[in-house]
Amino acid sequence: MDSLIAPFLNGTADGALLLIAALGLALTFGQMGVINMAHGEFLLAGALTAYVTQQVIASTDLSILLALPIAFVVAGALGVVLEATVIRWMYERPLDTLLATVGVAMILRQFVLDAFPSQGVGVVTPDWLDHQIDVFGYAWPLRQLFTILLAGACLSALAALLKFTSFGRQIRATVQNRALAETLGVSTRMVDRITFFVGSGLAGVAGVAISLIAATDSTLGTKYIVAAFLVVVAGGLGQLKGTIIAAWVVGVSTAFFTDWTTGSIAQVIVFVLVVIFLQVRPQGLFTVRTRGLA
Amino acid sequence: MTTKLKSFLPLLGIAALAIALLVVAPAVLSDLRLNNLAKYCCWAMVAVGIGLAWGRGGMLVMGQGVFFALGAYAMGMHMQLESVGDGGIPTFMILYDPLAPLPAFWEPFRSGAFTIAMIVVAPVVVASILGFAIFKRRVKGAYFAILTQALAVALATLISGTIKYTGGDTGLSGFTSFFGYTLDDPLNRRLIFTITATLLVGCLVVAWQLYRSRFGELLVATRDAEERVRFLGYDPANIKLVAFVVAAVMASIGGAMFVPIVGIMAPKSMDAAASIFFIAGVALGGRAALFGPVLGALAVGYGQSTLSEQWPGTWIYVLGLLFIVVTIALPGGIASLATRGAGLLARLRSSDRKAASA
Repeated sequence: MDSLIAPFLNGTADGALLLIAALGLALTFGQMGVINMAHGEFLLAGALTAYVTQQVIASTDLSILLALPIAFVVAGALGVVLEATVIRWMYERPLDTLLATVGVAMILRQFVLDAFPSQGVGVVTPDWLDHQIDVFGYAWPLRQLFTILLAGACLSALAALLKFTSFGRQIRATVQNRALAETLGVSTRMVDRITFFVGSGLAGVAGVAISLIAATDSTLGTKYIVAAFLVVVAGGLGQLKGTIIAAWVVGVSTAFFTDWTTGSIAQVIVFVLVVIFLQVRPQGLFTVRTRGLA
Repeated sequence: MTTKLKSFLPLLGIAALAIALLVVAPAVLSDLRLNNLAKYCCWAMVAVGIGLAWGRGGMLVMGQGVFFALGAYAMGMHMQLESVGDGGIPTFMILYDPLAPLPAFWEPFRSGAFTIAMIVVAPVVVASILGFAIFKRRVKGAYFAILTQALAVALATLISGTIKYTGGDTGLSGFTSFFGYTLDDPLNRRLIFTITATLLVGCLVVAWQLYRSRFGELLVATRDAEERVRFLGYDPANIKLVAFVVAAVMASIGGAMFVPIVGIMAPKSMDAAASIFFIAGVALGGRAALFGPVLGALAVGYGQSTLSEQWPGTWIYVLGLLFIVVTIALPGGIASLATRGAGLLARLRSSDRKAASA
């Protein structure tokens, strides 16, 4: 039964990866309405952080664990800088944030091309992750399980943050009614910044996980950004469960289509299926009801 | 000046551009530079369409590469078949599999008339189906932009992945003749430039006519207040659909002319990055103005060709900065500087008058 379990497990791991990447977007796009096309390059920043950490700390066992929080801070800092310099000027103009961040993405990509070896860098998988576990006769790479666990951890942390902390309450209040939140003493500017920090930081964490699986070069972000956006849109804005389901379905179905055809054809099929799905349900899987006309 | 006369003023501008492209440019430019200008004209055609869809219609089309590819690959397939002669099979297919017959969908492109028809019909059909589904479901704004970009990514991936039929990443190249005329002849290349420039002027005339028509007014109304247009009894979906289809046809024609001019068509000329490059000129020049997209696209095209030859990296930084600066500081593009300047003058004058009367 090797043929059935392999794409299922690989696809779940890919879906988990997509989920961490999409979680950050769900936060910045879904909660704040900002379309950050540079999110893909924040993934790249995370992956490069993993590489740099590995160059500095000789022990690969330790460096990958250290890279996770460092990447979170690096990508988060990039996000805050982006918010403070570019995005703050256009909260009323979502389409323009899209264009401006496209420009930011181009600059970041070119910078990576200039500053790092252009053929890309390799991140070594630490020994403790370089094993396979036997799942019904299929030798499953342990790092895929690691990805899934990481996605679960990010998801629970984010959900807990939004649900149980006062800061999470402030985010939700700002999303629902910015003006009213402000009258109640919530500093919406501060909330925006921290939301952006957390959302971008998650991209950094996703980047570390990606660096273990794929080649780390300047095109890494472009490969994930469109898929991640489709996942967020297909899942429905303003909540997380739709994103989880969409990420998993996209991951697993891509893996199965890859098995039946080729990698690139599978990607095309899944993209087209998501686009068709959005024709049927433009609001995504789940929606938060609002009184807005849009 | 009466308003009626004033509404024909843009025609003078179009005439000036036509003279610059069709008379001045061939007289002063070398063959090589003229060929480069022809390439920018192709991008400018795409830009006129984007100006219509995005500037006037508010639909940020981030996947015009899809329609660019429809025209370009139709033309590329025809020229490829023409180059190998009757019953021949393109070299890349023979290299891939010496015994494979010509794929069925290639066969009709042996005919020049069919190819020309497809350059227009294919984008109309594809854009109508897509647009109908998208606009009837009221998908708009950022969702629309992301969807179109996803389609450009999907098509580029599809072309890269089907080497047997499309040449994959290497693309189609090695063309020798263009509708029976040899491509090596510099005179023929000048003729191709003239055709391209004429088509560009034609696109502008179409855009001008659409902008001043009732349809143009409705399109702007839909952009600014879609719900009100709906309450007035119009269907915004149909209005947007027309603009989207016209933009698609312009992109397709631009793509078709791109092939004989550049001599190669590969996915990297139509993928997501290329689609964003198409937008750059429109944003710079001014998306809602008649001449903004054309002049912006010509300028960005020139910048790309000259700067990226000398410092390939620097050009990307310039283009990226252009996106950021234009969207933050000058959302209306350079064209809005004129109206802003006029507004500033008027304000100064009125404050002078106030000061004088006080």
